[in-house]
Amino acid sequence: MSIKKRLVLHFSADIVDKPMVFTLVKKYNLVPNILQAEINPEKEGYLVMELEGDKDDVALGLGWLESCGVELSELGERIIWNEEICTHCGACTGICPTEALSMARSEMKVSFNSEKCIACRMCLAACSFGAVQVNF
Amino acid sequence: MTINKSFEEINEKIRKGTAVVVTAEEVIEIAAAEGLNSAAKKIDVVTTGTFGIMCSSGAFLNFGHTTPKMRMSNITLNDVPAYAGLAAVDCYIGATELKINDSCNQNGPGKFRYGGAHVIEDLVAGKKVTLKAKSYGTDCYPLRELEKDFTLSEMRDAFLFSPRNAYQNYNAGTNTTDKTIYTYMGILKPNMGNINYSSAGQLSPLLNDPYYRTIGIGTRIFLGGGVGYVAWPGTQHAPAEARNERGIPTGGAGTIAAIGNLANMNTEFLRGVSIIGYGTSLAIGIGIPIPILDEEMLYYTTVKDEDIQAPIVDYGTAYPNAEPGNLGYASYAELKSGEVTINGKKIKTAPLSSYSKAKQVAETLKQWIKDGEFELGQPTQTLPSVKDRRGLK
Ligand code: SF4
Ligand code: SF4
Repeated sequence: MSIKKRLVLHFSADIVDKPMVFTLVKKYNLVPNILQAEINPEKEGYLVMELEGDKDDVALGLGWLESCGVELSELGERIIWNEEICTHCGACTGICPTEALSMARSEMKVSFNSEKCIACRMCLAACSFGAVQVNF
Repeated sequence: MTINKSFEEINEKIRKGTAVVVTAEEVIEIAAAEGLNSAAKKIDVVTTGTFGIMCSSGAFLNFGHTTPKMRMSNITLNDVPAYAGLAAVDCYIGATELKINDSCNQNGPGKFRYGGAHVIEDLVAGKKVTLKAKSYGTDCYPLRELEKDFTLSEMRDAFLFSPRNAYQNYNAGTNTTDKTIYTYMGILKPNMGNINYSSAGQLSPLLNDPYYRTIGIGTRIFLGGGVGYVAWPGTQHAPAEARNERGIPTGGAGTIAAIGNLANMNTEFLRGVSIIGYGTSLAIGIGIPIPILDEEMLYYTTVKDEDIQAPIVDYGTAYPNAEPGNLGYASYAELKSGEVTINGKKIKTAPLSSYSKAKQVAETLKQWIKDGEFELGQPTQTLPSVKDRRGLK
């Protein structure tokens, strides 16, 4: 049975040089479709991809990725922005790659658009006030 | 007509409920519409505000005596060490002190989930905090060990006393290296991928009285949601910093040491923070009322974001290596727009301090004064300043 999964892959410097996409195609017969990517020169980064293929192949492919040290999260994973805790400082808005967290310049107030969020978790690191959380 | 108002005259108006009080944002438009002289005649007080992570903060606590008595020589609060080298049951809890055994930056940038700042926030929130104390025991203070839960109201005394708060102006941080760095100026992406800044700009207290003509020891202020005072010039107070033609410093410059009762504060304006890769600190709301003694004071309070410049400092190399210089300047109007252009490159900017909360501080202080609940404190001595003032011609 063929399935489609939307995933966020977080990886660190030591695994970035592995031919991830190539292996998924060649070894696991999967069709990866990269929706978004950010890899910084320190070579940590994330990829948002849609992975299509046989159900068992997808499971094997994901298992292989995890064995390489890639942290996987489904795109369904939700970031929760807690407005009660938020101070509207705006620190997250400089780091959020999709402008899911953005600042209305007139009021200097922050808002969260969950539809733009790719669950990359950058805001979790950037928010010193603990106003963003991941809902597993 | 020359305008000359004294603190006492303004306080008399506050008591009568006739004082005209506006925020540092509102005064800009009023002065533009009516002119400096007429605005200075009409307005008595301009309120300022800021809410941000204040580098050097902490609180003195006194637990009251135990039975039998104890000379506490080693203290933790929720497992965060407090300085006990004072008298029997006094201590100082610093904002950046970490919980014992925090893994810090050993496994990549640390999360620093709990520290002294969070202890202070928990106390202000009315939560229980566990005191663990040890002593070597003396003839007059025999008790050697104590573990006891305390809430703020069960303490004998608890006051915030920050050696350095409310920096007049500050660096904007960026990173020229090819690696992401984790600093007290936030996460800075490689190759100048972003710029973070931290000031309320035109609303910021010391930028509205750049030469500290009205601010000094005894100035009554808004502190953490309650009433506090300027106790002393803050550590690193540097009035001789370079200034622009309006007298606005183009770097850190002035600071205050601030003091106030924790019991009057609230967590809306006092919050512990966990800065990834750096540590913990305390975010505080501070507002200073500026009395409009004359036209010159009114002029200073009309300062706008475009009149204030922040140096853009490289936290990747220059800052850690204590190399002087910067990568240029940007005004707070530019920084607040969300994007700054340096050498033809557009760079995303983000604030670390909350402008909307700064506004809330200034509005709250304005209301207190209008309601006659808050009178101005005339400083017994103003903060050290420089001889010649620039600004109003
Ligand atoms: S960094 Fe945190 S507190 Fe600041 S605006 Fe973003 S979510 Fe709110
Ligand atoms: S996880 Fe946070 S930083 Fe990433 S896209 Fe969503 S809101 Fe933006």
